[in-house]
Amino acid sequence: MHLSPDQMIFWQFGFLKLNATIVFTWGLMFVLAVGSKLITRRLSVDLKRSRWQNLLEIVVTAIQKQIEEVGLSEPRKYLGFIGTLFLFVAAAALCTIIPGYQPPTGSLSTTAALALCVFVAVPFFGIMEQGVGNYLKSYMKPTFIMLPFNIISELSRTLALSVRLFGNMMSGAMIIAILLTIMPFIFPILMTVLGLLTGMVQAYIFGILAAVYIAAATRVRKPKPEPEAAH
Amino acid sequence: MLIDWFTVGAQVLNFLILVWLLKRFLYKPILHAIDEREKRIATELANADKKKAEAQKERDEFQHKNEELDQQRAALLGKATNEAQAERQRLLDEARKAAAVLSSKLQETSRNEEHALHQAIRRRTQQEVFAIARKALTDLATTSLEERLGEVFTRRLREMDGKMKAGLAEALKTASGPAIVRSAFDLPAEQRAAIQNALNETFSAEIRVRFETAPDLISGIELTTNGLKVAWSIADYLASLEKGVDELMKEQDKREAKAEPKAEAKAKSKPEDPKLETKSK
Repeated sequence: MHLSPDQMIFWQFGFLKLNATIVFTWGLMFVLAVGSKLITRRLSVDLKRSRWQNLLEIVVTAIQKQIEEVGLSEPRKYLGFIGTLFLFVAAAALCTIIPGYQPPTGSLSTTAALALCVFVAVPFFGIMEQGVGNYLKSYMKPTFIMLPFNIISELSRTLALSVRLFGNMMSGAMIIAILLTIMPFIFPILMTVLGLLTGMVQAYIFGILAAVYIAAATRVRKPKPEPEAAH
Repeated sequence: MLIDWFTVGAQVLNFLILVWLLKRFLYKPILHAIDEREKRIATELANADKKKAEAQKERDEFQHKNEELDQQRAALLGKATNEAQAERQRLLDEARKAAAVLSSKLQETSRNEEHALHQAIRRRTQQEVFAIARKALTDLATTSLEERLGEVFTRRLREMDGKMKAGLAEALKTASGPAIVRSAFDLPAEQRAAIQNALNETFSAEIRVRFETAPDLISGIELTTNGLKVAWSIADYLASLEKGVDELMKEQDKREAKAEPKAEAKAKSKPEDPKLETKSK
């Protein structure tokens, strides 16, 4: 019984190693990329379109709409990052119904990696949007006294992001594993269903929080009207 | 240790690769498809609007043309009606005129016919009167009418008044040719001798005479010389009768002409009046 899929090491060469986390991540990447490719290979611009295309259009437009609702006036700019966060976490949670599968998000390394990505992406988009000076100044708003607190909040929320997701996914997997040893009938299924739900909620939370952080970083001192938000 | 830093790095890399892959295979194509569809729908809607506007325009144009056509048709119809009425009026007038001309011609013709009938009746009456007179004379006289005529003529020659006799004698003398005695029929030798004698006795000279026949004299004899004429014939009586009848007729015609415009129908009954008057005379 491993606490994290990181501990399931298939191959190691000194520093380099191939654990379950990386392998399952690759698997998810493969499924997501190839699935998308297969569906988008024959896209129809006509009024008539395949069900798969319809599904993907719904998913993509829903993500786009969510990003917009958070307050990002140009959702397409952030769709790649935030959408992929959500889709990856959601796919990792959904695949828990596959026996023998270990969600890569159940590893603190993965969630830390994702949180780090958000940690880097927030200033990246902020600087892209309002320039280095303005972005750095935003740490001293409303007064310079707030600078350390802002930095602490920046760090702590990254930590919170990673630990929250890790805790939820890991606990789900752990509960099922424990229940299987105690009472391997029906109850684990219920817990799996619950795990799917919490997984989807966590994916949503992770994506939305990333969007909120980016929105906060890009919208500071920019009280410009949002024409697209009216949609 | 819960965090494996190599795995963290690998996952960051994996995540970035996934972002790129999904952008490449998922977001871009899907968004592109959605955009294209929206563009296409917008284009189709715009086209539909354009077509609708065109259709509306065409409909308006058509309606306008229709109205114009209606107006033109009404105008043409009105014009044609007016023309037809004018033509009808003209034809009616023409017909009336023609009818008037025809009726006046008819009246003229009937008047002419009437006139001709009068003439014929007059001639016939004359002839009949002559025939009757001749017959009566022939039947009544012991000698023939011609003999009697010769006698009357010779008597008149002898009974001529002095003035006329002197004129006639002067004419006979100055005449270059012989005097001409015309009669309606060939005079027998006795009569010729009697006339010659009478002339000789009357003018106390040898008068040269040439006898001629002239059927238009109607039972009579006349002596013509150098522009003077001594004659006696029934034609004279007849002429006086004819004169009287003619005067009567003319009077009648005048009255008819006056009465004509008032009552054309009465014209037919008029010719009877002169007959009655002739009889009464």
